[in-house]
Amino acid sequence: MAVKVRIPTPLQRLTQGKEEVDGVSGTIMELVTDLDKRFPGIGERISEGGKVRRFVNIYVNEEDIRFLKAEDTIVKDGDEVSIVPAIAGGARQ
Amino acid sequence: MEFTEDQLQRYSRHIILPEVGGKGQRKLLHAKVFIVGAGGLGCPVGYYLAAAGVGTIGMVDNDTVELSNLQRQIAHSTKTLGIHKVDSAKATFEALNPDIKVVGIKDRISKDNIKDLIKNYDIVVDGSDNFPTRYLVNDACVMLKKPLVSGAILKFEGQVTTILPGEGHCYRCLFEEMPPPGLVPSCQEAGVIGAIPGVVGSLQAIEVVKLILGKGDVLKNTLLIYDALKTTFRRVKVPKNPHCPVCGDNPTITELRDYDAEYCRI
Repeated sequence: MAVKVRIPTPLQRLTQGKEEVDGVSGTIMELVTDLDKRFPGIGERISEGGKVRRFVNIYVNEEDIRFLKAEDTIVKDGDEVSIVPAIAGGARQ
Repeated sequence: MEFTEDQLQRYSRHIILPEVGGKGQRKLLHAKVFIVGAGGLGCPVGYYLAAAGVGTIGMVDNDTVELSNLQRQIAHSTKTLGIHKVDSAKATFEALNPDIKVVGIKDRISKDNIKDLIKNYDIVVDGSDNFPTRYLVNDACVMLKKPLVSGAILKFEGQVTTILPGEGHCYRCLFEEMPPPGLVPSCQEAGVIGAIPGVVGSLQAIEVVKLILGKGDVLKNTLLIYDALKTTFRRVKVPKNPHCPVCGDNPTITELRDYDAEYCRI
């Protein structure tokens, strides 16, 4: 059983449309680095210089990693990781 | 305030709910709600609030109705093509419910007018489609301590959260900074199924009604994420950030700025 990673709409074009992919256990940055190997380009959309970008949040289960151990937060098999960027659509389209 | 016979019938399905009753219906009739945007989200939010008898609905939008809007912007119609969206929506909502008043403002929201626009309203609803407006509305609501029900959509995804300044998180606690231009596609580039803003706007309308009634739990310190393809709703926790630049312990944003200079308008 791997870590379940939920990919948000704006990044799904990098995962061949997949809304959910498997991730490796370890720290969040190890998980992101591994994702980038399999889905090139996704790493820089999520993080920059080893830090998660400030308009992207990562949740382990329901908890925001900024309020856990940030990029050093450990995820293990069975955890659900959600990558959630800000979206803005609404009125003027 | 005594209800008329028509009002007793019109609101009977509210009044029989113990959580609403005559007292709650009076609160709705006296409530003032301001909606940013008369588009995909503003239409369903305003439509349901009008039907619910929310007495005063303010709406700001500078656009006119276009044919490509009608796939989802249900307050407008083929007959109102070319007309200002706020006029089109006002006519629709007041036809649905003559009890209510819709105040339409044909303008772009900016740092110079937002405080004046929202100051006399109880609750603000964000149905805007761009980050600069979203952050401006958040900052103004934090500064004026106005509850804000925020909704956003992209393709098959929706996000809803309720901001109660002083009590819970704000939008900047959730996302500290707006993405640089071009990194997140707009709906114009990405498309959206028309009923998705209907779902998200309805969720926003229900949050507003609960705030007015003082019933139930709103999405304070919570982000609700709707995935229409999977038909799932997920909730994640959004703690108030003590280092938040606008609502934290030592705020660095103490006056409003317009953020759209570097953004190309959609």
